[in-house]
Amino acid sequence: MQQEAAIREPLILGEKTYGQITDDVLKPVVGKANRSWWIAFGIAAIMALWGIGCILYLLGTGVGTWGLNKTVGWAWDITNFVWWVGIGHAGTLISAVLLLFRQKWRMAINRSAEAMTIFAVMMAAVWPGIHMGRIWLAYFVFPLPNTFGSLWVNFNSPLLWDVFAISTYFSVSLVFWYIGLIPDFATIRDKVTQTVPKKVYSLLSFGWTGNAKAWNRFEEISLVLAGLATPLVFSVHSIVSMDFATSVIPGWHTTIFPPYFVSGAVFSGFAMVQTLLIIMRKVMNLENYITIKHIEYMNIVIIVTGSIVGVAYLTELFISWYSGVEYEAYAFLNRATGPYWWSYWAMMTCNVISPQVFWFKKLRTNIIFTFFMSIIVNIGMWFERFVIIVTSLHRDYLPSSWTMFHPTYIDIGCFIGTIGIFFVLFLLFARFFPVLPLNELKTILRSSGEQYKKNTEDATQH
Amino acid sequence: MADDKIIYATFDDDMVLLESAKKLTGKGVYIRDVFSPFPIHGIDPVIGIKHTRLAIAGFIYGLIGLALAVLGMYYFMIVDWPMNIGGKPNDFLIQNLPAFVPISFEFTVLLAAHGMALTYFLRNWTLPGVKARNPYPYTTDDKFVMEIHPSENQISKDELMKDLKSTGSVAIEER
Repeated sequence: MQQEAAIREPLILGEKTYGQITDDVLKPVVGKANRSWWIAFGIAAIMALWGIGCILYLLGTGVGTWGLNKTVGWAWDITNFVWWVGIGHAGTLISAVLLLFRQKWRMAINRSAEAMTIFAVMMAAVWPGIHMGRIWLAYFVFPLPNTFGSLWVNFNSPLLWDVFAISTYFSVSLVFWYIGLIPDFATIRDKVTQTVPKKVYSLLSFGWTGNAKAWNRFEEISLVLAGLATPLVFSVHSIVSMDFATSVIPGWHTTIFPPYFVSGAVFSGFAMVQTLLIIMRKVMNLENYITIKHIEYMNIVIIVTGSIVGVAYLTELFISWYSGVEYEAYAFLNRATGPYWWSYWAMMTCNVISPQVFWFKKLRTNIIFTFFMSIIVNIGMWFERFVIIVTSLHRDYLPSSWTMFHPTYIDIGCFIGTIGIFFVLFLLFARFFPVLPLNELKTILRSSGEQYKKNTEDATQH
Repeated sequence: MADDKIIYATFDDDMVLLESAKKLTGKGVYIRDVFSPFPIHGIDPVIGIKHTRLAIAGFIYGLIGLALAVLGMYYFMIVDWPMNIGGKPNDFLIQNLPAFVPISFEFTVLLAAHGMALTYFLRNWTLPGVKARNPYPYTTDDKFVMEIHPSENQISKDELMKDLKSTGSVAIEER
């Protein structure tokens, strides 16, 4: 049994037993959904349907229904892609990196953060897919033999690296998540009484028994997958950044991109986790498990990564001048003072200035304020990608080809649609899946539960 | 007299079960298995479970992934259809290798992770449609159960029952 300093705040509040943890987490699964769940689900479903409609129209008519033009060939589509991939970074960071660092506070949030990751990566994958125009030829991203009718895919291209990175990241995260879910599905299987749910959960639980050897393997595979997923988290967004950095567009062709994108991704991912969990802990009565302390820890991660992002922005700006490359210098001057100045300053305010308020303990432990800030960061990080992509492209080398980008309602509809689909999936997850990792929470009850902490404190004092 | 009955002793605390297992194995009792809702740290050496070799398997799968990725890219990009990318030299693998690093890494992780996961599912025999073998439904909730086969032990059944009870078992069943 692990010991923990009494000075650390408990991670599980209230007088819980193993059985109570099961009951608290399974309440929404075995019970009926409440009204707020249905309202949220209804709104998300309408957004999703609207988006699916727009996507189908786009596929039927062509990419010309977006506001893209000859100069701005990438705009909201790739902005949304990078935004969603970025959001998809928090889950695996929480469950893998924090597992390696033995941070116990991850246990209350890793399951839902990983679910969020998986759904976000799915939404990210939508964008390059529909951006192809002819999605029915999407299989050409795979290395097919020349006799198939085309050349091999180009393994020197970062776009192909991306295909491998995103698909590896998605499938490894999915497996990692599912392996953790199996013992909890077994708990539900053994707890529910109705026939159909019992059948479904016993299918999902793969016949898990929880014998000693299985747990031994479980812990080993969790650790090794965490070790594999950790460099994966860093590689995925590095590779996404290379889609830009290996090109010769001023404003993109910079070596700072990989670390800057990775920290931005973690920053936005944690913001999205905050957005989702602050609502979820309230609606599902999980305040004893997802405590203020958890929210504070995540806010600390947000300050750290937000500051890294801030430093990256300033470095980038400085180097564009210091390099003496006039195109590079102009790209940045144009970002800050050109026709898209408002998006640049929206990005600066939301990502660099506003997270700094979390230095105040009062603010970073305030739930409503944190929720508000998480939305601000989500918006800011969307603008970051918009700034990088659109402002670097819209003023080409030749002033005769300078244009602006104007989104059409299909652009907007597709984006809203992915948000809708994301929330539909997340709400279904919150309704039918164990949102907290039961088996992991039970292992820390002794060392980090409030009641146990009190007992040890009493024992040391008397 | 052949006695195929199995003794299942239930505990409601993992630490009590661990202490009990230590005492019993100290007396030479062989505990066949332990069922629990979460991993009991420290139980494996007590009941004689060897550490899993999954990680070694994972390492081998990773090596296979790395080899396949490099071989594949060597064939596609250098042997079968070399591409002229800005006139950069790509006559030999070593010249093109830097561009192959990302995919080599991703493919290594892909095969290591999925190979390990498949091995894990097969070795645990946890697959869709498999029936659970835990003796009681509560072992996935908040109870801990020890499985002992009297036929594998020298100790008399009565003494075993007495020892289990005195070390904190809350319910003992024979079936």
